[in-house]
Amino acid sequence: MALLHTVNKSPFERNVISDCLRLAKDGSAILLIEDGVYAALEGTSASDEITRRNGSIKFFALGPDIEARGLSEKSLIEGLTLVDYSGFVDLVEEYNSVQSWL
Amino acid sequence: MEDFEDDEFDGPIKKFMYVNRKAPYGTVYALEGLEVVLITAAFDQDVSLVFVDDGVFQIKKDQETTGINMKNFSPIYRALEGYDVEKICAEKESLESRGLSEDDLVIPVEILSSAEISELMDAQDVIVTF
Amino acid sequence: MKFGILVNEGPFTHQASDSAYQFTKAAIEKGHEIVRVFFYHDGVNNSNKLADPPSDDRNLVKLWSDLAAEHGVELIVCVAAAMRRGINDDLLAAGFKISGLGQLVEAGIIGDRLVTFGD
Repeated sequence: MALLHTVNKSPFERNVISDCLRLAKDGSAILLIEDGVYAALEGTSASDEITRRNGSIKFFALGPDIEARGLSEKSLIEGLTLVDYSGFVDLVEEYNSVQSWL
Repeated sequence: MEDFEDDEFDGPIKKFMYVNRKAPYGTVYALEGLEVVLITAAFDQDVSLVFVDDGVFQIKKDQETTGINMKNFSPIYRALEGYDVEKICAEKESLESRGLSEDDLVIPVEILSSAEISELMDAQDVIVTF
Repeated sequence: MKFGILVNEGPFTHQASDSAYQFTKAAIEKGHEIVRVFFYHDGVNNSNKLADPPSDDRNLVKLWSDLAAEHGVELIVCVAAAMRRGINDDLLAAGFKISGLGQLVEAGIIGDRLVTFGD
């Protein structure tokens, strides 16, 4: 059974992504939405934590939230996949359960 | 669809996990989250309650709320057993990083490592985080 | 697949209700069934028919009402959370109903997935 985790807070405001990564098993997926997409930026003080788990956890970010915040696809962590809301629905279907890190 | 009455519920039993991550009183989530836990137990579901991160502060002893004019709801955690909510655990790392031990808590809980809580989460049908 | 949706925050202050709405709409477009959308905590404020945002911005209350009207989506507002926040039947926008927490639990039981949007 693998979980889909969603994170909606910027790692610079509230470090929910750290807490999520501590409890997310290998084989699970993390979808960054809303302000959580700032964690998708490469080369920040927060990116190492994510890149360390690249390969054992699949990382996704919601494209519409990335665009809304003026972030360029080129500035994102390598290996992270962008999805739209339809892709978000597919992820929820694919994984056994969803944990929203609020 | 009508609400099930708990004495006529004979539907499926799912594993519900409620993850408490927030401290009490600063926001409403702890109190209103507890209300959901109690209702779920009344539906005879397989309920687990997990305290992680600041959620461990919800079950800290000695809460005295008269000065802030808010309802002290920490006694409700003691009533959980009466509702057949027996799977209650707290994350070891969350307690330790906040300087808390088992003796500081208002109810006995199972203290689990991050890895153990991870495994528990993976086994759930429904996870709700407050 | 059957989805239950839980909305924990009110309109505008958090993006939660917007995200929930977009997700719900996408799920419907893909042919999935929405068991119900349950509004809890400040999420009950998504039902307030008096909401009157500027005309050049989205009206979340109306968007939810329209989803209910066009696709039969059940929009349930938690009675306990509503009473705390002064939402009653007189204030409900079209398509919203006030009911108990049991409706949320039931959505978790009969749905295949429960997705939470909040702070």
